Amino acid sequence: MSDVATTTGETLAVPSAAPIETRATRLRNFWADFRRSWVAVGALIVIVALLAVSFGAPLVAPQNPYDMASLDWMDAFLTPGETGTGGYVHILGTDNAGRDMLSAIFYGLRTSFTIGVSAGALALAIGICVGLTAAYFGGRVESLLMRIVDLQLSMPAILLALVLVAMLGQGVVQIILALVVAQYAYFARTTHGAATVERGKDYIEAARSTPLPTRRVLFRHLLPNVLPPLIVVATVQVASAIALEATLSFLGVGLPLTEPSLGSLISNGFKYIHSDRYWLSIYPGLFLMVTVVAINLVGDQVRTVLDPRRSR
Amino acid sequence: MSPLLTVDRVSKRFPLKATLIDKLTAGLGNRRAGGTVHAVTDVTFEVARGEVLGMVGESGCGKSTLGRIVSGIYAPTEGTVRLDGEPVARGRDDHVDKLTTRVQMIHQDPFASLNPRMKVGETISEGPRIHRLVPASDVRARTRALLEQVGLEGAYADRFPHQFSGGQRQRIAIARALAMQPDLLVLDEAVASLDVSIQAQVLNLFLDLRRDLGLTALFISHDLSVVRHVCDRVAIMYLGRIVELSPAEQLYAAPKHPYTQALFASVPTLGTGRRAFRPIEGEIPSPIDPPPGCAFHPRCPFAGPRCRAEVPRLTASGPGRTVACHLNDGGVGLKEAA
Repeated sequence: MSDVATTTGETLAVPSAAPIETRATRLRNFWADFRRSWVAVGALIVIVALLAVSFGAPLVAPQNPYDMASLDWMDAFLTPGETGTGGYVHILGTDNAGRDMLSAIFYGLRTSFTIGVSAGALALAIGICVGLTAAYFGGRVESLLMRIVDLQLSMPAILLALVLVAMLGQGVVQIILALVVAQYAYFARTTHGAATVERGKDYIEAARSTPLPTRRVLFRHLLPNVLPPLIVVATVQVASAIALEATLSFLGVGLPLTEPSLGSLISNGFKYIHSDRYWLSIYPGLFLMVTVVAINLVGDQVRTVLDPRRSR
Repeated sequence: MSPLLTVDRVSKRFPLKATLIDKLTAGLGNRRAGGTVHAVTDVTFEVARGEVLGMVGESGCGKSTLGRIVSGIYAPTEGTVRLDGEPVARGRDDHVDKLTTRVQMIHQDPFASLNPRMKVGETISEGPRIHRLVPASDVRARTRALLEQVGLEGAYADRFPHQFSGGQRQRIAIARALAMQPDLLVLDEAVASLDVSIQAQVLNLFLDLRRDLGLTALFISHDLSVVRHVCDRVAIMYLGRIVELSPAEQLYAAPKHPYTQALFASVPTLGTGRRAFRPIEGEIPSPIDPPPGCAFHPRCPFAGPRCRAEVPRLTASGPGRTVACHLNDGGVGLKEAA
């Protein structure tokens, strides 16, 4: 292109030493900001530890609670710290079937995390599509979609999930589906709000007037610019999905005890709480609480860091 | 030679969204209910190949709307916009399909017109890649060449928009438009948001590109002195209509329409020693409820009874000049009933 070369005579004052912001440095800046709250860092460590023990449960847990053969009736209702027939210490005791509570909690956490994260991710994907479509196309499409979302938001999520699980039946997939239907509306509302602001900006008009295909304008131009608030909502919604699943299981419409989740463990233990076997429900409950609180604390800090009004 | 761009009797009206309160108070004389903004009314002009047409007017006169209609972002309510006889866009009011890549627009605010989360290299190369204007293997090299062509370094392709100044961003926006190899550029106040010294740089870039690439352009601006620099012909718009269309030299030498004259009189100039410049009397009327007859008559010092009754048409006044004023077309008095 030497025949065209630079067509301007004057030299430009160009800040050539300006730092190049790559994805890596942006991540590093994010971490530097995130680190400022030691509470959030602590919560993150807790989450990572819980994830490790739950997904590493077959390696860490002394017993496989799914394996009925490894359960022994002789070990039923051992108090925390007792040694059972297996020859190891049941740190958190055992339940009515002789399950080691610690193992059951680790496996239960795994189920809870799996359900929470997959329901959150699916609801995020669906919510993004609904919210972007509504904001971008406007008019009747927008009115229709957002009225449905509003209608759903006006009902408690637990009620909707209860009805759905009752209709769909028990099982992990059914629970995830029910949670997605109950939760996508939060993502749709957030996406719609952010996208309505962004779609009026000139860069969207420029992309449309190039012209670029609608799908590309939506997912390459609009979506990346509405993502930050969605990340925050996603963390909070994962925590609430875990809590919802526990509630459903506690109410008896969730998962059976042979596939323990934290909710079904609490529900099972609840039956024995008046016979002084507190450990059957207290410990799973404690783990549930710590998990939900930790995820919310991390979500809060992510929100603070991503807030554009915060000066850097 | 047939003109490149033909804009034929184009009007654009935006319906006002009436709220419930508006509907309820409609009986009490609230005009918002069912009202319409007459942004552009009955505009006709042509742009020849290689020509730069200036479009000048106060803010709110419809020049940006006109630019967006020509760019295929809005569909006109009435009339047609054709490029070499082909329509630019197809569509109804809220859904427009742009049919051509041959018209590209450059927006006013370079801080809003670049996607903040996309590297400028991708912003520039995206359009040509999607429309397969260049082979995939050449995309990177061409992006670098375009950046160099607008006076930036090719290596900047990997940076994000926030790392650039306003002038540099506007150069990137120009590179993005040029990447589509357009026949017509629409510049909507393309230098208005830049510092004066940067304005000069970007204008020089535009003039260089015009010389090298033989660009045809619609140059929308409110700044008469900028327009004089870059345009061959100038159209003056007032309240959605073209009131005067003339070769630039003649227009600046002798403006004919009273509005054009008033516009020139209101430009602050250096060297005349004049401290106070004269603003045009009165306010721009509302485009929701434009005055009958000539839209300028409430502010026009020469207005007569005919101006209140009859819309003046663009009529020839000298070689290549047209003016829409009754002064130029039989006087401002009412015609005797013949």
